[in-house]
Parts: sequence; structure tokens; C-alpha cells
Amino acid sequence: MISLFFAQIQGLDPLEGSEVLVAQNVFFALIALVMVLAALKMVTTENIVHAALYLVIVLAGAAGMFILLGAEFIAVTQILVYIGAIIVLFLFGIMLTKGSFGAEEGEFRERSQMAVLVAVLIVTVTSGAFIDSFRNTELSREMPSTTAEIGDMIFSQFIIPFEAISVLLLAALIGSVVIARRDQ
Amino acid sequence: MLLNQFLILSAVLFAIGVYGVLTRRNGVMVLMSIELILNSVNINLVAFAAFREAISGEVFALFVIAVAAAEVGVGLAMVLLLYRNRRNIDLAGIDSMKG
Repeated sequence: MISLFFAQIQGLDPLEGSEVLVAQNVFFALIALVMVLAALKMVTTENIVHAALYLVIVLAGAAGMFILLGAEFIAVTQILVYIGAIIVLFLFGIMLTKGSFGAEEGEFRERSQMAVLVAVLIVTVTSGAFIDSFRNTELSREMPSTTAEIGDMIFSQFIIPFEAISVLLLAALIGSVVIARRDQ
Repeated sequence: MLLNQFLILSAVLFAIGVYGVLTRRNGVMVLMSIELILNSVNINLVAFAAFREAISGEVFALFVIAVAAAEVGVGLAMVLLLYRNRRNIDLAGIDSMKG
């Protein structure tokens, strides 16, 4: 079965330039559709564990977008940090605070119409500005960025922000332990 | 691929995240919506990095991921403290600093 599959792939001709573009657009449309639907389900579902799982779909879709944009290192970091660590943290948070929120208690505030208005305004204003500024601008990256380039950049031009981030992570680590521990 | 398709996707995700922050009452859900917002910003940064063929946008996206991890850690610690003191995490009930 699998060997048949590989034989099929090896029999295919490599894609031409325009075919690559079409394939990229098809994958973009698929991933974008899945991401938007999952995000909508995430903010509207009553079950918070399901919301965390929908968030996984959105984050995985974002990793796919990064790969489409030729940023492989960011995509891998996204999967490692977000899906590997942050989602687990969220699931622990949901577990430790479980039972505090009944589903029938009414998750939603009354201000939901106002929130819809704000969201629609954000989309229309920003999309209008984007369409006005970058009407038909094509992305013209020839080669994907390599991890070595990113490493060079971090340790030369961005060395001070990098050190600041490491101090911030240390501060957040100590701060969350101090906030969450039981005794004084 | 057009630059705009990525930018508009990230605008839509950002708006959905803002909607979540404004409507949900559960503290953990609000934190998850903030993650959605930060993630849409990351898509924007990487799209512009690809557009300008400059790598600094991607480096900045990495920094955003690190800050998001720190933010979730502190935020969930605060939600846990809230749960321990009040036995629920309903954000509509937190009004002790209301004037």
C-alpha cells in the first residue's frame, strides 16, 4: 500500500512554476477556511475543552501558513511552543478550575452584539486599508529562509532584544510561581 | 500568492480573537482568545517578512511567541489564584476595584 503510494509520487513530474502557484493558492484556501471556521467555533463553543482543541486546529493552520510563506523555522517553533507547551498549559488550567463554570450557566455576556460590531469594524477597516495599499502585490520569495540566517540575525542585530526576552521569561517563571503557590 | 490574502486572513483571525475577549466570561477562554490574537499578529509579521525578503520579521515573530508563552504562564497563574480565592473564574464577578 505505502510502497504503491511512493511509486505514484515518484512517477509524477515535478511541478512547473505556474502549477506551484496554483497548488500554493489551493492549499492557502483550504488552510484559511479551516482556520477561520475553527476560530469561530473556538470563541462560540460552550465546552471549554473543545475550545482548547479548536485552538490546536487554528495554531496548526498557522504553522501551515508559515510553511507556505517559506518560514520553516517559525513553523516548527510554532508547533513546539504553542501546540506542545501552551495547549498543555491551557488543558492543565482547565482541569484545575473545572466545575467552576456550568455549561448552562450562560458563558456569554450580554454585550455580544457590541462585540460583533467591534469585530466587523476591525475586519472592514484593516482589510480596506490592506486592499488599498497592497492591491495586487505578489509575494516574490525565491528561497525559503534558513535557520542559519535566523540564528545569525538573532545573535547579531537582535542580541539585546534576545537577552531582554530571556530576562522576561525568567521573570515570568518566578512571577507565576509566586502568584500561584499556596502558602505565603 | 498575493500579500493581501495573508494580511486579510490575519485581520479576520484578529477580529475573531477580539470578539472572544469581549464576550467570554471564563478567564481561561479569554486567555485562549488572546493567544488567537497574538497568533494572527505572527502571521502578519511573517507575511511581511516574505514580502520584503527581510528576515527580521521572522525573528520578531519568534520574540512574539516567547512573549506569548510568558503571558500564558502568568495569566494562568492569576486565573488559578482567582479560582482559589473565589471558587469560580467568572470574570463578570470581579468588580472589587470598580469605583
